[in-house]
Amino acid sequence: MHGLLQQIFSGLAAGAIYASLALALVMIYRATELVNFAQGEMAMFSTYIAWSLVNAGLPFWAAFLLTLIVSFLGGMAIERVIIRPVENAPVLAAVIVTIALVLIFNSLAGWIYTYTVQDFPSPFPDRPVLGALITTQELGVIGVTLLMLLLLFSFFRFTKTGLAMRAAAQNPESARLCGIPVGRMLAIGWGLAAAIGATAGIMVAPVLFLDPYMMAGVLLYAFAGALLGGISSPVGALVGGAIVGVTENLVGTYLIPTQLKLTVALALIILVLVFRPHGLFGTAIVQRV
Amino acid sequence: MSKGFTVTAADKLAASQYGGLSLDAWRWIGTLALIAVAAALPFAISSYHVFELTMVIIYTIAVLGLNILTGYNGQISLGHGGFFAVGAYTAAILMHDYGVPYWATLPPAALICFVLGVLFGLPALRFEGPYLALVTLAMAVATPQVLKYFDNWTGGQQGINLVKPSPPPLLGIDRDRWLYFVALAVLLLAIRVAANMLNGRTGRALVAIRDHPIAAAAMGIDNARYKTLAFGTSTLFTGVAGALSAFVVGFVAPESFTLFLSLSFLVGSAIGGIATISGAIIGGFFIEFVPNLANDISDAAPWALYGVAMLLFMYAMPRGVVGTLGPWLARSMRHFLHRPALGGSEEDCERRITP
Repeated sequence: MHGLLQQIFSGLAAGAIYASLALALVMIYRATELVNFAQGEMAMFSTYIAWSLVNAGLPFWAAFLLTLIVSFLGGMAIERVIIRPVENAPVLAAVIVTIALVLIFNSLAGWIYTYTVQDFPSPFPDRPVLGALITTQELGVIGVTLLMLLLLFSFFRFTKTGLAMRAAAQNPESARLCGIPVGRMLAIGWGLAAAIGATAGIMVAPVLFLDPYMMAGVLLYAFAGALLGGISSPVGALVGGAIVGVTENLVGTYLIPTQLKLTVALALIILVLVFRPHGLFGTAIVQRV
Repeated sequence: MSKGFTVTAADKLAASQYGGLSLDAWRWIGTLALIAVAAALPFAISSYHVFELTMVIIYTIAVLGLNILTGYNGQISLGHGGFFAVGAYTAAILMHDYGVPYWATLPPAALICFVLGVLFGLPALRFEGPYLALVTLAMAVATPQVLKYFDNWTGGQQGINLVKPSPPPLLGIDRDRWLYFVALAVLLLAIRVAANMLNGRTGRALVAIRDHPIAAAAMGIDNARYKTLAFGTSTLFTGVAGALSAFVVGFVAPESFTLFLSLSFLVGSAIGGIATISGAIIGGFFIEFVPNLANDISDAAPWALYGVAMLLFMYAMPRGVVGTLGPWLARSMRHFLHRPALGGSEEDCERRITP
């Protein structure tokens, strides 16, 4: 029983990271109906920025904040410069552009920082607490994720820009008529998503170790989490991410050999989707003819 | 019958002729010229380049398969590398364990991939957009793992080594050139089948479902049946390409069938022109040559260059090379070939026929 609880908690810690990245995917999807396949590689690149800042001698939290700011600006720039030209192109063209971004970031990271696996410092000491149910590292990751969510929620709920962004996502035409600069809102959305991804990357790097392929698996689980929750629902992304984290951990520990963990976890998620094709919290799209 | 009518009828006949030949005849001449070039080419270049062109043909067949599903039917698949792997392993296991001759592995590979595609297409009916992308993405990611796991069939991590098939001794050409012609023959057959399917009733049904599923259903199109059929046919093509690749390369291993392969097919499809048949050929060239080209330009970050090439293509031609240049080319060809002396534009005809 103790072992099972332990696995559930470390699943939740992984789930917190999947949930963050899932949230980033959902934010962009809600605003532009585009799945950003480069979200994981953008996060990986941000983590490298944090890594070089820490190596340059900055204290961890200062490097963390600075990385978030750089990622935010970088995300905005990507939207403005790279995504904007295919905004009105066929869906597949936009998908290909994000796949191109995956290759570019991966290759650039390998070029600048080499493909050698690097240690990444953790701000939290790694020792068991609460009767050895959970480590402080896992607790720290969950805490940072929850704090970030609280901030995001407050931003969207209580600030004028947050309201404008929700309007721009829900109905771009009307929002534009109300004087909301929809294009700028989209750019801010990409910036926020990049910053959220950066947080996820920095939180996961001490566990997975840093290399250019670090986020590939994480992105897949995050994608699965986002869809499991319903790609149009932010709450769904959180719950979905957590479920995916716990499922993955339990399947890997109790059911099958680890080399098939990914396959079985994905198969389970797909099985759920067969019965709930719009995710647990998503709404079925009703089309007017 | 008035005299005026016969004159306009003759005009109309002339109007559909370009440089004295009908549009169909021109199309045939173009196609035959292309085939002649494709048949003569291997004798002008080195064996290694012949091998590269054979890979172009194989990728073309795979992309053509993906085009049927993604381009014509609008179902985005990120997992066609998985079906390519199934085709390749079917051929490899049949040749290696059962001593089946290489050419005889193509029909079973086609059949297995068709059945798998239909089985996969049934649950896929419930998924749309990003959900289908996830399901197929999961398949692409799972493929290498599953291949490694069932190692008593697949040879696990080591893969299966195959003896490359020999050409018939009478022909007097070497192995690479012979395999090139085998692949070319399969490609021509595949294009013929795809054209017959897509330029007729089935193709129209697929496009209608892509553009407006509800309206298509209201017109009496059986959406479920056509979507599953599109999935099966698409994976059949890709599986045959996989089987060809097994004996052309002479080796199969799990690491050849990663997510990257699936993404390459999608990239080739989008860059060539998604709902076009000839676009697949351009896609095949892109998949085979652009990575090498990027590598030649920069050792340090070749994939970044590949990515930049993808970006530039998508910015310049968001509908793909054929999708963007095709209509423009057709228009200027018509303009160039069409001699006003032979009978005016088609609108002129219409105007003269209507009283």
